[in-house]
Amino acid sequence: MRLEGVALACIRGGREVFAGLEFSVGGGEALLVTGRNGAGKSTLLRLVAGLVRPAGGRLSLSDGDPERSIAEQAHYLGHLDALKPSLTVGENLRFWMRYLASAKPAEGAEYTALAAVGLGALTELPAAYLSAGQRRRLSIARLLAVKRPIWLLDEPTSALDRDAQDMLADLMRAHLSGGGIIAAATHGPIGLDRARELQLGAIRPGIRPGTPP
Amino acid sequence: MNALAAIFMRDIRLAVRVGGGGGIGVLFFLIVVVLMPFAIGPDMALLGRIGPAILWLGALLASLLTLERLFAADHEDGSLDLILMSDTPLELAVAAKALAHWLTTGLPLVIAVPLLGLFMNLDGHASAAVALTLLAGTPALTFIGLIGAALSVALRRGGLLLAVLVLPLTIPVLVFGVSASNAAIVGPLPFGTPFTILCALTLTSVVIGIFAAAAALRHGME
Repeated sequence: MRLEGVALACIRGGREVFAGLEFSVGGGEALLVTGRNGAGKSTLLRLVAGLVRPAGGRLSLSDGDPERSIAEQAHYLGHLDALKPSLTVGENLRFWMRYLASAKPAEGAEYTALAAVGLGALTELPAAYLSAGQRRRLSIARLLAVKRPIWLLDEPTSALDRDAQDMLADLMRAHLSGGGIIAAATHGPIGLDRARELQLGAIRPGIRPGTPP
Repeated sequence: MNALAAIFMRDIRLAVRVGGGGGIGVLFFLIVVVLMPFAIGPDMALLGRIGPAILWLGALLASLLTLERLFAADHEDGSLDLILMSDTPLELAVAAKALAHWLTTGLPLVIAVPLLGLFMNLDGHASAAVALTLLAGTPALTFIGLIGAALSVALRRGGLLLAVLVLPLTIPVLVFGVSASNAAIVGPLPFGTPFTILCALTLTSVVIGIFAAAAALRHGME
């Protein structure tokens, strides 16, 4: 499985965010998208997620599920947690499991995922009472509960404490060793070694960012 | 089917829990209708004559009140992004959300009509006629409003724009809803003629509303 972007361009609000962007990331590999604020890190992830239309270029996924679009095979963990405060932790996760999974999720799969992110004891608590870090953990549980090969993570470590950052790094390593793809926008290290780096805002013609050094 | 049942049940749950706003519409309806006799005065004959129109207007305004949050809430917390990334067609998801919305905000209005009819000096037969026309007509209000809710999704204060967009489109529903009620109460028109057109308007708006709202949502995500 290989996710490739060729000559991607994006224009938002009349301003060119990036142009001529090339990247390629294969199964088991992680791509760290870095760059200054406003360089288009989040935009690139939203573009792969199908939430922003590219102004030029194309995205392709080889050896994926031909029946489904790239967006339908990707998890997007953005700045917003997509949680409803009046639903409980378990109800929030169960909803996304039922909505995003193509097959009926296994019985009790949400408890496994919640335990993996350290929220096992809070299943019945309304999400309104969660802290920012706990909300983040609940969003991460979604990535575990529904299997999708591509993870698009926008600042995944924000609001997470040190333990949770280690936990996330372990989960990401497990995802990669299972042949998954991770693209993460980040400012700092997120605990993945041997990740490729795609630096935005410093693209010069002739250089293909994302190719290994 | 599983995904649609999930989003339908989620929206029902959200509407009936605290802060969901499921009861707000019917309370607003109650207030509008109760205020009318104070404004018009104790002329029982006049109240009875304009009662169906007042009830219809109240239901129209009440259904507008809750529409704003239909997609805006999902947009603000990021749920809409994930909904778009599902392999469930957006049109079906929109339809499931609209159905849940009508059950929690439109249907209570219909149920409240027999009580509110008393304030308007409507007898049982007249109240039943208004309730029946509202039962057939409020889905049209929801599904027409769906388009406005989808168009104004990214705006911070979309409620006012929503009203301006949606109210002109609801005029045919209002016309045939009130004329069907009046036909049943005082005649001389047969009830069936305007009522059939009202049902046709509802069916048309269901189809157009779902596709237009989904298209507006896709476009609005840019």
